[in-house]
Amino acid sequence: MNDAKTKTRNGRFGNYGGQYVPETLMHALADLERSYTEYKYDRKFNEELDYLLNEYAGRPSRLYFAENMTKDLNGAKIYLKREDLNHTGSHKINNVLGQVLLAKRMGKTRVIAETGAGQHGVATATAAALLGLECLIFMGKEDTDRQALNVYRMRLLGAEVRAVTAGTMTLKDAVNETMREWTRRVSDTHYVLGSVMGPHPFPTIVRDFQSVIGREAKAQLYEKEGKLPAAVIACVGGGSNAIGAFYHFINDKGVRLIGCEAAGLGLGTERHAATVSKGRVGVFHGMKSYFCQDDAGQISPVYSISAGLDYPGIGPEHAWLHDSGRAEYVPVTDGEAVAAFDYLSKTEGIIPAVESAHAVAHVRRIAGALPKDECIILCLSGRGDKDVASIARHRGEDIHE
Amino acid sequence: MNRISEAFRGHKAFVAYLTAGDPDLGSTRTFIRTLADAGADILEIGLPFSDPIAEGPDIQAAHLRALSSGMTLDKLFGTILSLQGDISVPLVFMTYLNPVLQYGYGAFFARCEECGVEGVIIPDLPFEERGEILDFTQKHNVALIPLIAPTSGGRTAQIAAAAEGYVYLVSSLGVTGARQTITENIPALVAEIRAHTDVPVAVGFGIHKPDQAKEIARHADGVIVGSAIVRLIAEYGADAAPRLSAYVGEMKEAMRRE
Repeated sequence: MNDAKTKTRNGRFGNYGGQYVPETLMHALADLERSYTEYKYDRKFNEELDYLLNEYAGRPSRLYFAENMTKDLNGAKIYLKREDLNHTGSHKINNVLGQVLLAKRMGKTRVIAETGAGQHGVATATAAALLGLECLIFMGKEDTDRQALNVYRMRLLGAEVRAVTAGTMTLKDAVNETMREWTRRVSDTHYVLGSVMGPHPFPTIVRDFQSVIGREAKAQLYEKEGKLPAAVIACVGGGSNAIGAFYHFINDKGVRLIGCEAAGLGLGTERHAATVSKGRVGVFHGMKSYFCQDDAGQISPVYSISAGLDYPGIGPEHAWLHDSGRAEYVPVTDGEAVAAFDYLSKTEGIIPAVESAHAVAHVRRIAGALPKDECIILCLSGRGDKDVASIARHRGEDIHE
Repeated sequence: MNRISEAFRGHKAFVAYLTAGDPDLGSTRTFIRTLADAGADILEIGLPFSDPIAEGPDIQAAHLRALSSGMTLDKLFGTILSLQGDISVPLVFMTYLNPVLQYGYGAFFARCEECGVEGVIIPDLPFEERGEILDFTQKHNVALIPLIAPTSGGRTAQIAAAAEGYVYLVSSLGVTGARQTITENIPALVAEIRAHTDVPVAVGFGIHKPDQAKEIARHADGVIVGSAIVRLIAEYGADAAPRLSAYVGEMKEAMRRE
């Protein structure tokens, strides 16, 4: 390919992607693709979306020079893309406002969504409240326990939250159940998929809505430094904040793109969610990509301290960026993430989401080895308020929320 | 592929589904014989998957029971091979794509042919993605049985025209599992399919009572029952055979009276 930017051909990124879903949903996916293609270039739709992103969600998010961290690591200048400052506290709102607005234009009156940490669920409930749609969120039972505050937040916003008790009771099972619900009731319902995963056209739609992250960051860094970064670094579960941060840099070959996946208790154990490091190519949740699975093709239970990265797959565009060598994917353990959580809190006075802390951890590893006149963009995908209680528990302290 | 079309000849076919390895492979072997002896015309054997997104609670639970019993594809192929000559009912696999992909498409369909498995239903492989396996199913004479849903609309013609074995018409929106009423307009859906193909049309999802089977059999070529059978296996475990036999007898009787 002459153009290193990944091309969507029949919903594929190289060999990855596709539409591996039950026939009942194929009509809805075709409808969605048609509507998205129409509204993507619709002036009024884009004006309304921009208005909401700016006036309601607080965009553009800041690109903050982390001076203390830079001095401490004594290498490249570190810039934090502050998605944590968005309304609802993470990058998830970028995608959700786009999709819920699209659902409304399509005449849907109800949205459903899966959530892991609860960030996507809260964002979806928020957009549904704002735009007047009914909202039902599926969340693994284990995650409703880990993130009780977010469950209540969604209910405050008027959404129904249904705890999923099937399987491992985490994000993967929440996706299963949301897909099942969509097959039950598809004509008035849009599935607001929360990451760059699932069947085509979701990986493309979510990437487009999230690519605002990298588009802004690129312009902001030009303004401050007059150049491209040496690296863009983000955490990866399904991979939406990462692809959002990477996308506008894909053609800038000198920029390293680094995704940080959850290594849980370590790659040598069974308790991780490191899809690229330990997974194999498979077909699941509507897409062909890398998945953690056993030899027989059964999807493996995965684990991470971070509910948002606790997913056995990765978006198909990431699978392609990995195979083509354009992006690198590195494992980060629970222990490294918790240390980075602590580090950013004490060094910059910013409490990151434990998901984003995985990216912070990798920046700590590499920044010192890079020249001081280079820059790193670290996508701080969310804020850590939701994680305070679970980090305390992780350290054996019991605090009541 | 002839045994599948034979199963629909002269009468309405009763298609029975069970999950392989539920509660264990020895029982599955027994149940295959029981269902065949009781008059099931085609057997759909579900291969268990960790995350069966098209299934309701009954079959999800069956998949988990089967996986925890230690069922593997190689053991299942061995069991089916040992039944060859013993039973004449055509066998069809119902499976998600990933276990087949990991086994290897070529190896999987070669084993199907060797063991006399004549068709395959893959709920997460829609028409647009069938190129993934079509070379292998054709090479090994395994019919790729498509699903058509009430939402298929304009997609029905192309899916039906390419159908092999039979068409699996999904009676209702949602996942598998017993329903009190079948709300979709089955006669119209069947007519639309028949305009584009001569292969038989069997209806599944939600059918569990004799009067439902009788009603469906008036319009379609066959009736597919899964969750109701799986529930009997869940309730009676390895001792389910007499219950299965009585149930199939009752459903067949209702369809004959049509």
